[in-house]
Amino acid sequence: MNSTVVFTLMLLPLAGSVFNMAFGRRLKRPFAGVIASLIVVASFVLAVVTWLDLLAKPSNQRVFDFTLFNWISSGSLHLNVGAYVDPLSVTMILFVTGISSLIHIYSIGYMSHDERFSTFFMYLNLFVFAMLVLVLSDNFVFTFLGWEGVGATSYWLIAFWFERPTAAAAGKKAFIVNRIGDFGYLTAVFLLFNYLGSLSYMKVFGSVGQLSHGTVTAIALLFFVGAVGKSAQLPLFVWLVDAMEGPTPVSALIHAATMVTAGVYLMARISPILHLSAGVGTLIAFVGVITAFVAAMAATSQTDIKKVLAYSTVSQLGYMFLGIGTGQYVAAIFLMVTHAFYKALLFLGAGSVIHGLHDEQNIKKMGALRKLMPTTAVTFIVAWLSIAGLPPFSGFWSKGDVLAGAYQKSPILWVIGAVTAMLTAYYMGREVYLVFFGKQRFDPAAKVHESTKVMTIPLIVLAILSVFGGALDLPVSDKFRFLENWLTPVFGNALAPSSMSSLSRLTLGAMDGVFAIVGIGVASALWIRSSSRPGIEPRFLASGWGIDGFYDRAIARSSTKLSESFATVVEVKVIDRATMSMGALVGLAGKYLRKVQSGYIRNYALYISIGAIVILGYFVTRAGA
Amino acid sequence: MTVPGSWYLILSALLFSLGALGFFIRRNILIMFMSLELMLNAVNLTFVTFSRMLGDIGGQTVVFFVLVVAAAEVVVGLGLIVAIFRRRSSATADDLSIFRG
Repeated sequence: MNSTVVFTLMLLPLAGSVFNMAFGRRLKRPFAGVIASLIVVASFVLAVVTWLDLLAKPSNQRVFDFTLFNWISSGSLHLNVGAYVDPLSVTMILFVTGISSLIHIYSIGYMSHDERFSTFFMYLNLFVFAMLVLVLSDNFVFTFLGWEGVGATSYWLIAFWFERPTAAAAGKKAFIVNRIGDFGYLTAVFLLFNYLGSLSYMKVFGSVGQLSHGTVTAIALLFFVGAVGKSAQLPLFVWLVDAMEGPTPVSALIHAATMVTAGVYLMARISPILHLSAGVGTLIAFVGVITAFVAAMAATSQTDIKKVLAYSTVSQLGYMFLGIGTGQYVAAIFLMVTHAFYKALLFLGAGSVIHGLHDEQNIKKMGALRKLMPTTAVTFIVAWLSIAGLPPFSGFWSKGDVLAGAYQKSPILWVIGAVTAMLTAYYMGREVYLVFFGKQRFDPAAKVHESTKVMTIPLIVLAILSVFGGALDLPVSDKFRFLENWLTPVFGNALAPSSMSSLSRLTLGAMDGVFAIVGIGVASALWIRSSSRPGIEPRFLASGWGIDGFYDRAIARSSTKLSESFATVVEVKVIDRATMSMGALVGLAGKYLRKVQSGYIRNYALYISIGAIVILGYFVTRAGA
Repeated sequence: MTVPGSWYLILSALLFSLGALGFFIRRNILIMFMSLELMLNAVNLTFVTFSRMLGDIGGQTVVFFVLVVAAAEVVVGLGLIVAIFRRRSSATADDLSIFRG
């Protein structure tokens, strides 16, 4: 195992970002993007090297803790900048750098007309760096640096077109809502340090058994609060929908494939802690499955091509938390990886449509695009079938694992999950039909064109991954469960043991397939010809169950009002008055003291003499004593 | 026959008082300046006297510093006085009180 490789792959994107910050604007248009993409591809290659290295080792010796340098030493707190290399973190770096590479390449085409082309790639590289820090770090504080780093880059990229007030506001919203989650994360870290005296993963996971049940539960809950913020679960999901104001590759990379899965990764990372508090697991499972359902319902009524996908992301993340909560960590990671494939593909396909239609995002004003954009259409449909869970696409296998785990824990979880699966197939079908089939509803004069190769090739690669991604973990026999065999040593006894017979497994799988077909069938029946059915697109769902509006009224507006009253009352009457009276006091003192300053030299000479005499008098009378 | 040290000290005290008196009661800026120099040199004399009496070279060293500072001060001070004379006919210190608070 070579630590240089690991740290190089982590630091390369930072170097790329700094390079583009310094020289990006002087480079001719595509080069800033080409350099940024090459750097991420290099990171990916190094990640593959690390993976092969780890794969060659026996499965019980695949944990390494490398230190780059000592970061903070204060009292009993010692923190390193280090990398924790194990199958879980390597899985993460593989798919983060892999998906990032494709999206970087795609962005060269998508952002080609943008004025701040190199700035975009500077942020994108910085994001990849922060994400790699997040997943590779060997302690909770360095992870937090990455955690905040992805948050900051997410903010910059959501508000990338900050001249639009909505984009600026969406950036702020993402930042503020995430603060609530960060509060949970930090408090959990404080508790861990207080009770265990260390924050490195190795030491914490080795000694977590010493904690009382109450403490473990509190820590697990607080980490979950952090994950809820970052991964956009109920009740903190509102920021992700607004985050669609950012450029589409950003939505694909940050707000679908990678950053929002950081919460799921965190939960998987702290599986030894979650394992000790069963109640929190149940809570996570229910929050996840309810989020999945609520978001899927909201997705059925959206008219913005990206907002359907945003709600879909929230919903799929809910599934991942369902997997975490039921102890199916491998299934959750499996879904995370396959979701990254097909959701990135959906977003990039949507980006291709938006690009081709010159920034039109309303699906009601699209239609019949399959002939004009054949590659986009085919890959988008592949992604749809995959997310719908149609066998043998990747989504079928990963979602099947999660749902089977849910059934094992509680049939209620399974019922909600299965209904949501049907809804998923339906709302994505609605989007596909409205965008690519039916009548042409956009201006016929518009010059609609298929995107360039630099954009379609990533689509094709992702489509292939979406189809065959299920091969990572096929439940046909133990030999084909690659991901499970790979990740099981990480989770150990935190994994819920499978107690299902192969017959019931098979029945559940068959039912998953049926749900997918039903959802697809309903979508086809309803939307293949029609483009407007107000009865099944209520405004209540279109506004996301009114949750955002409720927050706006209950929190945002009242706190704005409170701030305003502070500005007009406290600021003016207390703070201003206090500072003004300080000024008045000085003025008053000056009014009397100015008389000393007569302007006559003899007066000053007199003062000096008096001073000299006083000092002399002191020395003569006192100093001798 | 040597002159006792106390004589020098008495002389320098006289010179210093003379200078101080001149500085306080005269209005002519040039005379005030001369009085200032007198005070400085009276102090120098004290330094030298004590240096001799105590056999410590330190006092004489200080005198050199005082001389240098005094020379620099004369340059600046006389320059100012000349500039003031150019602008006004008289040179009374009390006329120059525009820095009154």
